[in-house]
Amino acid sequence: MRRLLALIPTLLFASLIVFATVRMIPGDVIDMMLSQNDLAADKLSREQLVQALGLDKPMAEQYLIWIAGILKGDFGQSLWQSTPVLELVLQRLPVTFELGVIALAVGLVIALPIGVYSAVRQDTVGDFLARSFSILLLAVPSFWMGTMVMVFPSIWWGWSPEVNYVKFGDDPIQNLKQMIVPAMVLGASLSAVTMRMTRTMMLEVLRQDYIRTARAKGLNQRLVIMRHALRNALIPVITLVGLQAPLLIGGAIVIEQIFVIPGMGLLLLEAVNQRDYPIITGVFLTVGLAVMLINLMVDLSYGLLDPRVRTR
Amino acid sequence: MTTAARPLLSVRNLVTRFGRGRGAVTAVDDVSFDVGVGETVAIVGESGSGKSVTALSILRLIPSPPGRIESGEILFEGRDLTKLSEREIMEIRGNRIAMIFQEPMSSLNPVLTVGLQVAEPINVHRRKPWDAALGTAKQLLGRVRMSDAESRLRAYPHQFSGGMRQRAMIAMALACEPRLIIADEPTTALDVTVQAQILDLLKDLAQGSRCSLILITHDLGVVARYADRVVVMYGGRVVEQAPARELYANPRHPYTRGLMASVPRLDGDTSKRLVPIDGQPPNLARLPAGCAFAPRCRQATDLCHRERPALAEIGPQHQTACWLETPAHV
Repeated sequence: MRRLLALIPTLLFASLIVFATVRMIPGDVIDMMLSQNDLAADKLSREQLVQALGLDKPMAEQYLIWIAGILKGDFGQSLWQSTPVLELVLQRLPVTFELGVIALAVGLVIALPIGVYSAVRQDTVGDFLARSFSILLLAVPSFWMGTMVMVFPSIWWGWSPEVNYVKFGDDPIQNLKQMIVPAMVLGASLSAVTMRMTRTMMLEVLRQDYIRTARAKGLNQRLVIMRHALRNALIPVITLVGLQAPLLIGGAIVIEQIFVIPGMGLLLLEAVNQRDYPIITGVFLTVGLAVMLINLMVDLSYGLLDPRVRTR
Repeated sequence: MTTAARPLLSVRNLVTRFGRGRGAVTAVDDVSFDVGVGETVAIVGESGSGKSVTALSILRLIPSPPGRIESGEILFEGRDLTKLSEREIMEIRGNRIAMIFQEPMSSLNPVLTVGLQVAEPINVHRRKPWDAALGTAKQLLGRVRMSDAESRLRAYPHQFSGGMRQRAMIAMALACEPRLIIADEPTTALDVTVQAQILDLLKDLAQGSRCSLILITHDLGVVARYADRVVVMYGGRVVEQAPARELYANPRHPYTRGLMASVPRLDGDTSKRLVPIDGQPPNLARLPAGCAFAPRCRQATDLCHRERPALAEIGPQHQTACWLETPAHV
């Protein structure tokens, strides 16, 4: 609980930065609105528009109004559609969350076994191939891989990922079929670093005295690895996965764009293009909170893996 | 000093090397010794003398690569351990031969409970389910004189003191009632006050079950008190081997004598000054052509520097590898 309360100042600080930087983006929402024909037809004057959107007030006041609103659960409204930001975010959050979770799962499923294998078979052909594979994954940007996955199957087999998004609640199978390819692309790029970390930590742990003890007890290789080595090796790997959370969200934005998945990323991208400040700040704040919560969970998970942390 | 017809363990001409080609190091060079049933044999030497590698070689726990047993035999209960398959040697490890390591701090897995680690050999070798194995583990913790065994089972190693951890290691070693326990400097990392407790415990428990003991140490005080027979190693070779009493009464190799002179003795003349052995332990990668101890030996002759002396019988069960003890010496 104390840890949760400690998040509040961090979040406040983050909100200040988010609020300020968003307004530093070149270009102005007013200019964009006025340049659109239908709005121009309304013959709204520039001043009227500015006033209506509350952008005439000093920056500090705008910030206080915004924060006060958030404390009441009101994240403001979209400048364009007058939809509540909270509603938009809550609509999109589960989509990105699902993408992230599947990507993370895919990443770990690729990274952990290969990382362990690579360490156990250190300096063999298998290890070499695994390491080359991870470097390949590291080198290939996910937007390129995403594009290739879109383009080549459609050329070769006339197959392309579904772009009409189906909600998980409506048709789980169809939804998963749709999510799995983007999630794999996203997960693959994340797995590279995790794989290398797993290998390094595993090699480190396998040199420890307690591994020799385990072998001296007559345990077979599988028990030595799974029971004695893996848990020790995973402790730093979990930290790394936690640190990757922002990366995952950043990657999700790109991937959502390519596969037209209506998640937070796509929402953010549209909002930035339209300079829809309340949405941008709303998305950033949500993402910031998510990253902090993930890190908190990572910290707490140490206790499960490492008894030395638990009793402290 | 058993007179059993066949020793429990017989190491014959063991050679263990690390690395290949020109950089190769012979850590154990032509080492032979026997361990009788119920006997306690001490292997004594400085760090780098090859005593730990000898111990690890017996259970084939040498990290490989780079290490490997190059030649020799390790006969245990009539089988040559060097020729066993990985599966067969696994059945011996922790079951027929158990090992206790030097660092109780790092030799226990930090993320597993002590109970699980003590019960594990029983689970693996006796194929007992966990609850039964943990029940036995509890008894074992009692046997190593840990109070409150029930709650100790659920504790983690970091909650234990060094002495307690070593007790847990002993309990683990005893789990499957092995015929031989190899203890690699089991008390070096412990407080002096705890050392004797642990060794007494180990000796008692081993004797109680007619289990043989190989005690690896650099401490001659330990040897005098606990060992039946002593193997002195230097530079990867055995330089002297004798029953403990005989060795103390009549040390023949200059290195053994040096060791004795450098250790305080309460039973002897306490007014005598301790005499350190000059120089450094040898670099195994660049051993001299002759006797490895020659560069540090005050009595060394040309021959000592030139040719390596072989281990020779100089008395009943007493062998040494020194030119000064060989009649052919000129």
